[in-house]
Amino acid sequence: MARLAAVLALENGMTIEGEAIGAIGAECMGELVFNTAMSGYQEVLTDPSYKGQVVTFTYPHIGNYGVNDDDVESDGIKASGLVVHELSPTVSNFRASRSLQSYLEENGVAGIEGVDTRMIVRILRSQGALRCVIAHGANLDHQELVARAQAVPSMSGQDLTPLVTTGAPYQWENSEAQRWDYRPEQRGDGARKRVVAIDYGIKRNILRRLSHYGCDVTVVPATATASEILAYDPQGVFLSNGPGDPAAVTVAIHTVRDLIGKRPIFGICLGHQILSLAVGATTYKLKFGHRGANHPVKNLLTGAIEITSQNHGFAVDPATLPANAVMTHVNLNDNTCAGIALNNAPAFAVQYHPEASPGPHDSDYLFRDFMKMM
Amino acid sequence: MLLYVWQSFENYFATETHGKTSYTMPKRTDLHTILVIGSGPIVIGQACEFDYSGTQACKVLREEGYRVVLINSNPATIMTDPNVADATYVEPITTQFIEEVIKKEKPDAILPTMGGQVALNAAVQLHEAGILAKYNVELIGSKIESIHKAEDRELFLHAMLKIGMEMPKGAFVQDLEAGMEMIDEIGFPAIIRPSFTLGGTGGGIAYNLEEYREMLRNGLVASPVQRVLVEESIIGWKEYELEVMRDTNDNVVIVCSIENVDPMGVHTGDSITVAPAQTLTDREYQHMRDASLKIIREIGVETGGSNIQFAVNPANGRMVVIEMNPRVSRSSALASKATGFPIAKMAAKLAVGYTLDEILNDITKKTPACFEPSIDYVVVKIPRWDFEKFHESDNSLGIQMKSVGEAMAFGRNFKEALQKALRSLEQKRFGFGFDHPSYNDITPLEEAELVPLRSNLRKRTSASIFDLCDALRAGMSTEEIHSLTKYDPWFIVQCKQIVDEALELVRATHNGLTLSDVSTSQMRRLKRYGFSDYQIATILCASESAVRAQRQHLGVIPVYKTVDTCAAEFESETPYHYSCYDTENEAIPSDKKKVIILGSGPNRIGQGIEFDYCCVQGVFALQALGYEAIMINCNPETVSTDYDTTSRLYFEPLTFEDVMNVIELEKPDGVVITFGGQTPLKLAQRLLEANAPLIGTSPEGIDLAEDRQRFGDLLARLEIPCPPWGTSVTENDAVDIADRVGYPVLVRPSYVLGGRAMQICYREDSLREYMRTAIAQDPSRPVLIDHFLENALEFDVDAVSDGETVIIGGIMQHIEEAGVHSGDSSCVLPPYNIAPSIVETMRQYARSMARELNVIGLLNIQFAVQNEVVYVLEVNPRASRTVPFVSKATGVQLAQIATRVMVGEKLADIKMPEFNASMSRTAIKESVFPFAKFPHASVFLGPEMRSTGEVMGMDSSFGRAIVKSHISSGNALPLTGNVFISLSSHDKTTRAVKTARGYVELGFSILATSGTSAFLSQHGVETTSVLKHYEGRPSIIDQIANGDVQIVINTPIGENARHDEAVMGRTAMKYKVPFFTTLAAAEASLHGIKALRNESFTAISLQDHYASSGA
Repeated sequence: MARLAAVLALENGMTIEGEAIGAIGAECMGELVFNTAMSGYQEVLTDPSYKGQVVTFTYPHIGNYGVNDDDVESDGIKASGLVVHELSPTVSNFRASRSLQSYLEENGVAGIEGVDTRMIVRILRSQGALRCVIAHGANLDHQELVARAQAVPSMSGQDLTPLVTTGAPYQWENSEAQRWDYRPEQRGDGARKRVVAIDYGIKRNILRRLSHYGCDVTVVPATATASEILAYDPQGVFLSNGPGDPAAVTVAIHTVRDLIGKRPIFGICLGHQILSLAVGATTYKLKFGHRGANHPVKNLLTGAIEITSQNHGFAVDPATLPANAVMTHVNLNDNTCAGIALNNAPAFAVQYHPEASPGPHDSDYLFRDFMKMM
Repeated sequence: MLLYVWQSFENYFATETHGKTSYTMPKRTDLHTILVIGSGPIVIGQACEFDYSGTQACKVLREEGYRVVLINSNPATIMTDPNVADATYVEPITTQFIEEVIKKEKPDAILPTMGGQVALNAAVQLHEAGILAKYNVELIGSKIESIHKAEDRELFLHAMLKIGMEMPKGAFVQDLEAGMEMIDEIGFPAIIRPSFTLGGTGGGIAYNLEEYREMLRNGLVASPVQRVLVEESIIGWKEYELEVMRDTNDNVVIVCSIENVDPMGVHTGDSITVAPAQTLTDREYQHMRDASLKIIREIGVETGGSNIQFAVNPANGRMVVIEMNPRVSRSSALASKATGFPIAKMAAKLAVGYTLDEILNDITKKTPACFEPSIDYVVVKIPRWDFEKFHESDNSLGIQMKSVGEAMAFGRNFKEALQKALRSLEQKRFGFGFDHPSYNDITPLEEAELVPLRSNLRKRTSASIFDLCDALRAGMSTEEIHSLTKYDPWFIVQCKQIVDEALELVRATHNGLTLSDVSTSQMRRLKRYGFSDYQIATILCASESAVRAQRQHLGVIPVYKTVDTCAAEFESETPYHYSCYDTENEAIPSDKKKVIILGSGPNRIGQGIEFDYCCVQGVFALQALGYEAIMINCNPETVSTDYDTTSRLYFEPLTFEDVMNVIELEKPDGVVITFGGQTPLKLAQRLLEANAPLIGTSPEGIDLAEDRQRFGDLLARLEIPCPPWGTSVTENDAVDIADRVGYPVLVRPSYVLGGRAMQICYREDSLREYMRTAIAQDPSRPVLIDHFLENALEFDVDAVSDGETVIIGGIMQHIEEAGVHSGDSSCVLPPYNIAPSIVETMRQYARSMARELNVIGLLNIQFAVQNEVVYVLEVNPRASRTVPFVSKATGVQLAQIATRVMVGEKLADIKMPEFNASMSRTAIKESVFPFAKFPHASVFLGPEMRSTGEVMGMDSSFGRAIVKSHISSGNALPLTGNVFISLSSHDKTTRAVKTARGYVELGFSILATSGTSAFLSQHGVETTSVLKHYEGRPSIIDQIANGDVQIVINTPIGENARHDEAVMGRTAMKYKVPFFTTLAAAEASLHGIKALRNESFTAISLQDHYASSGA
């Protein structure tokens, strides 16, 4: 049974033939990146930070355990498309509600399978993230697809938060199943804290973890001002993850600058970059980013190593950190900045994902520290 | 600088990081000498994976500047190569001998986590005997408390409950009554697990009360502490393993997750396993990861690797902990090879104080080792069983491990990895079915034919995977197969994809499709699904070579990917490759001089670690000469598949197709086929035809030695005697030949390996019976009939030849007479009680045969000596099983020298010493058998090889050496007590009387069966007559069970051992009573007992042995 053909076209002129998966014929373009996690494709695809990106999964079997209603990081697939070696023809897991294929169709997301994903990773590794287009159908014009790939806007300079942030403030209602309640011994049983989370594209597991540790979270849009936020009289402010170039999220940078020192602040990923930018550091685009669930990070204060979940294409330049900010965590693979803290105000942030999902729970302690700070 | 916000962090870490306050822990400088304990002989459940881990550990500790002392009784290992450690003790791994080593070498620390259960048990015993404290030796890697907590099921259970982990319901019982009381609570089927046994020995699954009682009783006996865990069955649940590493700073990483295709109920060593886990969501995987971190911390494994096993109920995800091994294991070897993360090497570094962030990733050399490998391929491991060696045993699988080896394969999907692994097993299967014309029959099965299939699917056997193929071919639904087999539906559907793809081609062939009609895309899809050319050829009724040619014509050729720990995220430096049919090839051949060595594939009885030893020695020799040494092998347990050992590693099946693909890519200067046993030799002819640059003895020479007719002619020409022989395909011809050559006759199918299906016939009726069976099996294959030289002495000679000069490396005398397979026989080097002229004759014969066969490299010859006449039994112009033993005994690295010869050096320049038959020490090789695993198999030795491993005892005399070899093989000789003797009529000789008298003179009392008792009494040996098993009770069996018998001498009647002899043999095995089935062995032990009574023993390193003899 021959499937519909598909082509992945890259801005560098390469075209790779495979077979169509997902929503047939749906428009699919973006920055081609790769993720090395061996499990957690559902969490990755629903992570709003992947907005504008086409994800290549390095693990060759994707879709094995289907998708379920719980393991989502937002209300649907946020990645622009996906590239896999082989999409599972079947689903095997007691929690699965449907196949990844039908989930892609529901979400109108297209992809390609049957391609040499490892070759793609090696290309991205040496040439950096590339803009791409995936098209379905027979007899496609490869040159035209390459031209379309070249026309995809560059990630640099793009503020993508408006595409994924909440339209209006809302109160997070936790509905996490008991069975996934890891670290139950650290559940916040004391007085609950009021926290405002600025949503640049927030992952649900961040909200679940904040709630677990005892936060009552109000989620506000990325454009919320400091005064709007302070009007909630929060005991702490959380800066979320999100897509795009952090330097382009200028409103948020101003807002955070206004909040520093007024309330304890904790940032993750884009939130980390925004906090850094707010205190005067600069960010830069990494060649091909960090996306996976196995990146070692060293906590420079304790010497302990955390295996972390990561997803970022930009990084903070530690050389530009001002005197009131200190690098607290370092990525051991390439010595990039993985976390900072201010020493004149209660604010800290990490580049990686302590909420995991997917990935290891080694860095979960950061949520607890945020609680302690408030 | 204490940061404002970090005050809370500090608090956190003071309370939450498990009491560790020091943040850096440099390499320990207080340690100078470290003793590494090996795992002893290869047995089922403990194979060469511990040679791999131990070799890595020794290597890395020396690189770190420590003085390394090693003890391992197994001479076939690479780790006991005298260059691996500073002092190498091939001595018994017992408290007594380890103490001797400690006295001499004064180690500061012992690393007990590299040598499997043997080393851990030795460490516990050293601790309990107070020796660690007495000599102030520290255990590194694992502490006694951790070992106890992990190994003692009761302590483990408490530890798990403490940290909130669930385990199957159950309890520990110390006696039968308590066990019987538990059964109501746990229900049937019930699992019985004896404490402190290896590979599940003595355990089982009971389905009814009677079976339960029996297993409970056996389990209590098998357990050294008479304790058994009885527990709820979780048969059919999904089984997972996680490989975990921890450092002194409490950093923990998961190296690899492994999912068993066979669900709970089959020992993981007997399961088909896949890495990484395939059917866990990230939440479930992280739940398991969290549990593993908690477990390793609670058990307290301070540094190094551990293996933790879990079971998951597929219906609801309930997860229970099964067990934890606080050491490197078979699974960690697999995980190391599967991921490229060398667990043993890292564990050794962690044991001396490094932390994970201080060590570089071995493969990228850029990123640190404190990460979790991400893999972008699928790895499948399939065990290899040798049930046909143990005729009376069925091929059912359970919680006791029975496999003797395994093969592993990489693929870019499960289908490809599974099919590659199946053809790697070398069991005449070339994939997941469709490798025999019968698969081309697509007539739908009748309902009645499905009945036996369903029944097969319910059982777990060594053939289950092919039953699955049959079920899929028959169109059985995934749901039905799942309900019968409990295989996860994901695996079933993957297998269904293979079958569907094959059936599509079968149907097309029925409709007239031929090879040339197959499209490029279909060919590529077939190859991506892992089909071998052989399978495709079988379906298309074409030849394999035609498929190969057409495939290449279509441009469908494999590319090679790199195993790099990081899914290509970072550049890697280590050339460790596997094939697939993707787009990009990453294996770029160098322009250096290079030689490919073909490995020996999965371990099996008759072909194991000895051949891996030779391959690795070949690698070392080539590298020393500046060659790139490229290895092709598929056995994950071995040193040869350590990418750190070879210059370049292709982890591939050893089939013609896969080997030739690598040869065509690499274009080597030479290919070595004579080190890996039969595996590469079987490819010789085809590789030659494909113009592969084979080096060493030509396939023509090899064939000449194997072809009985031509070899017989050659011997006649050289005037070298051999036993008269003939070949026959009919019963009557066979009888005629036997009449001509004279009884007894040794019969076997031609071209046998490891003596399979060999038998000695003393009379015409048994010969006729053998022939009828043989002809029924394969009427086309001739049977070889040799006159059997009864009571002859047998010798093994290993030599090296460069085509001009032939130098003898070693001559070994078998302790058992001819008739016992040379791989099972004990042997002694140098020969004892034999005239120098006989030895000289053997040397001469060896030289002339080597020249005549134009041997370039290694050569092994078996001689028999009867009435002062030297007969040639067999010549093998290749590495033999005895090469490592000879090398260890003499200090001459035969395999390395042979390699140098193969690439053109001359022996005259190498200056290899000729074997000195009057050397000052004696080395004895003793075999180790897996009878405990096959309770229904005969324990009597014969022409069919059944041992799994060997030990060496070496000392200044025969008696002293045999004492050591007996201790090492688990049959320590007694000083006093009762010797039970039962002689066959053949053996009622003066020799027997002399032997019995010898025991009496040493103070033993003799017990004997009535016939033997009468015979011995007649000849003046005082005996007590005892009842045979069938004669009534109390019988000899009861006396053995009661501990009243210290030695059993039972020479079985010529052919099939009588029932009671079999029972006696098993009983002796069970109660670990030395059991001799030949008079020769009984005599040899007399020397040992004398030495044991009169002399003191110490441990002597190989290096000291060699220094004292100047070797």
